[in-house]
Amino acid sequence: MFAFILSRILQAIPVMLVVALISFAMFAYVGDPVSIMLGQDFTEAQRTQLIKDLGLDQSFLMQFSTFIGNAAQGEFGLSYRLSRPVAQLIGERAPATLELAICAASIALVVGVAMGVYTGLYRNSWLSRAFLTFSLVGVSLPPFLIGILLILIFSVWLGWLPSFGRGEVVQFGWWSTGFLTWSGLKALILPAITLGLFQLTLIMRLVRSEMLEVLRTDYIKFARARGLGNRAINFGHALKNTLVPVITIAGLQLGGIIAFAIVTETVFQWPGMGLLFIQSVGAADIPVMAAYLMLIALVFVGINLVVDLLYFLVDPRLRVGRGAAGGH
Amino acid sequence: MPPILEVRDLRVEFPTRRGTLTALDGVSFDIAPGEVLGVVGESGAGKSMTGAAIIGLLEPPGRIAGGQILLSGKRIDNLPYEQMRRIRGREIGAIFQDPLTTLNPLYTVGRQLIETMQTHLPLSDKEARQRAIGWLEMVGIPAAAQRVDSYPHEFSGGMRQRVVISLALCAEPKLIVADEPTTALDVSIQAQIIALLKTLAREKRTAMMLVTHDMGVIAETADRVAVMYAGRIAEIGPVRSVVKSAKHPYSAGLMASIPPLDRKVDHLAGIEGSMPRLSAIPQGCAFNPRCAHVFARCRIERPELLETGSTRAACWLYDPASEKQAPEVMRHV
Repeated sequence: MFAFILSRILQAIPVMLVVALISFAMFAYVGDPVSIMLGQDFTEAQRTQLIKDLGLDQSFLMQFSTFIGNAAQGEFGLSYRLSRPVAQLIGERAPATLELAICAASIALVVGVAMGVYTGLYRNSWLSRAFLTFSLVGVSLPPFLIGILLILIFSVWLGWLPSFGRGEVVQFGWWSTGFLTWSGLKALILPAITLGLFQLTLIMRLVRSEMLEVLRTDYIKFARARGLGNRAINFGHALKNTLVPVITIAGLQLGGIIAFAIVTETVFQWPGMGLLFIQSVGAADIPVMAAYLMLIALVFVGINLVVDLLYFLVDPRLRVGRGAAGGH
Repeated sequence: MPPILEVRDLRVEFPTRRGTLTALDGVSFDIAPGEVLGVVGESGAGKSMTGAAIIGLLEPPGRIAGGQILLSGKRIDNLPYEQMRRIRGREIGAIFQDPLTTLNPLYTVGRQLIETMQTHLPLSDKEARQRAIGWLEMVGIPAAAQRVDSYPHEFSGGMRQRVVISLALCAEPKLIVADEPTTALDVSIQAQIIALLKTLAREKRTAMMLVTHDMGVIAETADRVAVMYAGRIAEIGPVRSVVKSAKHPYSAGLMASIPPLDRKVDHLAGIEGSMPRLSAIPQGCAFNPRCAHVFARCRIERPELLETGSTRAACWLYDPASEKQAPEVMRHV
């Protein structure tokens, strides 16, 4: 098990290096940070000084290795736009995005699995048909449109929930949380639904089709022939067997939720990393963009590792080297 | 002794868009305690369907449309799901064809045994585990105390079928419905599994309905045989009589198609044609288009099971009234 984790971490290194190269290439070739930072009026001396400060006078390889070295220490330089350390900026914004992502993922998983199991078990009931129709909406409408519709209904017409921002937050050291205040919780609802809806419908449809598949298998028929109760069969034998593909997709979707919170954060003016990223794109603030890119790559690598470990937990067939198969 | 299982005029239908298909029609037989009834026939003859109807697990939209199934004299074909569930596993055990797919891959064999026993019997976790180990020993799994915590994939096919047998027997049912229990196994393992089933059934006085298309297995194991064709019983009788001197032309053909081991043959005897689809069962005797002894009455009237002396066969050849009608066909018999 330990060797497996180690090998996966080693495999992650080239992935991260490639992402670093792409991030760095943005530094080197997209836009001209010097002219952005200097503004309208500057002297030639100021210009050369800035180039020197940013290390832009060195060779490509030299610059890249410096970038890698700094990145490995979580040091991504200064934001061009805000002139503050990038790591600090991202650190401030990360809690907002993570809390939003966790809420969205929880909604997607809990509701998605429940609805998937229901529609799999009672596929001809009217409620199942309603769920399936609803899931088409979730799959086909883009999140920004869903967000705007939700704002229209719940903020503008009904006035129940705030249309933007994070509400009041409570600080715990560097972590700011919206979970502890009423306004913070209320502010979470709409963005979390918007962000999670697509994944919810995806998980629901996946669980449904897996359930239908598993319920047809011989071991479910045999479980019935053994007289086991419906609950043991549906939620023990059947659901557990649907988990492997669901974990795969749900894991990748969670990565997607964090990475692509950009749209939702923009619609709701949610002060998270996605909004920071969008604002940075507008200002060609490359250090922030590069750091964000690498962070997201790291998140995906981490989630993949967790997903692989969960396979081991769920499916004994993947646990190799544990007891040899017996002969006749 | 009163029979454990009585099937009376069982009829199973499948409503489809193009009308109702009759998968089983007028199937009747008994099984006495400790008796093994072999059920043979080609694929689609309704052998497995009969088994599924008895354990109450017909695939929807299939349903029992007529007749009765009695277990120890009580009707079970019309019980509500929950009551039937308590009978399954407790009073009727089932063994399926492919041991590679009948066990849940994510649970240890011990857990599957324990949950089955605890569903039906008031056992503590510890007692159930002890019994699970006992059952694995009884079906011949070496080092059962260790293997109880193994997953199905850690066993070979033959060993898995032993586990399946222990699962079918662990709540000590009175009747076992074994649906092709050896078909998916290597020939060398088949004999072991059949011997095991036979021994356990005899020890526990368990009645068994053994569905198979393997005549060797039937000859080895069964006390009586029912030959099925197109959803009906063509012939039923003691195993020796059916194997040695089948009366129904279909069962005779079936027996003749077993290759003899003691001499060389150029041609294997077969039966011309194939079984009719459920949607196109011919009028009269369903076997008449393939029958070498067919005569006028066979195409019009459907025969019921008739006494032939040693067995009962659904064939007009054994109706005294037919003889005068069709004397020329008797040459072939």
